[in-house]
Amino acid sequence: MNSPKLYPNAKMALCDLKSGMSLMSGGFGLCGIAENCIDAISELDINNLSIISNNIGNSGRGLVKILRQRKFKKAFCSYVGGNPDLEEQILAKEIEVELIPQGTFSERIRAAGLGIRGFYTPTGHGTLVAEGKEEKLFDRPCILELPLHADFAIIKAQKGDPYGNLWFKETARNFSPLMAMAAKITVVEVEELVELGDIPAEDVHLPGLFVQRIFQGTDYKNDIEYLKTKETPLESKKS
Amino acid sequence: MTWTKTKMADEVIKLFTPHSSVNLGIGLPTLIAERIPAELPLMVQSENGVLGVDGRPTSADSASPTLINAGKETISISKGASFFDSSLSFGMIRGGHIDFCVLGGMEVDVEQNLANWMIPGKKITGMGGAMDLVNGAKKVIIMMGHFNRQGAPKLLKKCVLPLTGKSVVDIVVTDHGIFKPNGSKFEVIKIAEGVLESDLKLP
Repeated sequence: MNSPKLYPNAKMALCDLKSGMSLMSGGFGLCGIAENCIDAISELDINNLSIISNNIGNSGRGLVKILRQRKFKKAFCSYVGGNPDLEEQILAKEIEVELIPQGTFSERIRAAGLGIRGFYTPTGHGTLVAEGKEEKLFDRPCILELPLHADFAIIKAQKGDPYGNLWFKETARNFSPLMAMAAKITVVEVEELVELGDIPAEDVHLPGLFVQRIFQGTDYKNDIEYLKTKETPLESKKS
Repeated sequence: MTWTKTKMADEVIKLFTPHSSVNLGIGLPTLIAERIPAELPLMVQSENGVLGVDGRPTSADSASPTLINAGKETISISKGASFFDSSLSFGMIRGGHIDFCVLGGMEVDVEQNLANWMIPGKKITGMGGAMDLVNGAKKVIIMMGHFNRQGAPKLLKKCVLPLTGKSVVDIVVTDHGIFKPNGSKFEVIKIAEGVLESDLKLP
């Protein structure tokens, strides 16, 4: 099918990503990250990006490649553990960071995509997260949280069709459909680019309406971060 | 004798009721999934988007890079499991649909406060899903060492570190026993065999 959304590769799909823009990146740790897009951005001569990602890479991999190039000016994330490069840049004040509780993080992104102008949540009340935020008492004290938008989102799905309908594998879905809804331009890379109709309508996890660009990805590493099996001792130091 | 990590996991499991939903935090609590007895039916949720975690895969061959828990460790799933996005996952949590959550901790105090996400100027772990979990789960269980690496007690009169949640902790399982913060002190629910009351250094 001839579709205006179809791109040949990551480089072409990200050709108008510019310095100073905000970028959402799907994935949980290294699970479900847009590997081709990350590589392409690492080769672009841009900087001062705002990055919105749960972990901003992990264990020296994924988005850490771009983090080490000092292309990120500000980070929005929920978890730093397992990402020593990020922790180092935060403590040295080399990167501005907004740490957001993960449920609030995902809901702020969802809100941006779905037209919600704000919501009240008990999460973070009585902590540093509540500082400077409007409080309101419902059954319990809550704080007002606002939507989180972005110029671009980079997303990876297992399967996608030329309209942008997506299907995610196992726990690789995480923040990706939400980010796809919240960004002005959503770039999706897929392991399998399939024909229209190949993903049964009932099984579409994200309707293609939310996708602006899609391409067939290549050379996936799909790294496992921590391989644990029944054979791994339970009393090891790092259990 | 203080409890091993495995024994601590077993003690936490005794607090669960059959057919309940349980979220296991990163670190120590993930061990629990390995120790749940077959005769105790539970649905284990991991906030990265799975309900029905069944512990670790049998071997490296059956591990999938897209099948992980919130600690980014490989897992397997049980029959009846489901996958979903992060918003739905935290909707389950915030919406009060999760019966128990088990989290690690740096400090817990008598007023049921928990600190477990940063040491100002020294260490930033980030709160991940912990702030949502402590405010959303029906029962909040903290599983942690009784003392920190410097040997200082982690059960305090008042938390010093930035809080994860205020008045949220129901019960604490350490390697020394089980304790319940009641607003003014920690009630001793159970003490590890051979550990003396004076060893606990309770506030």
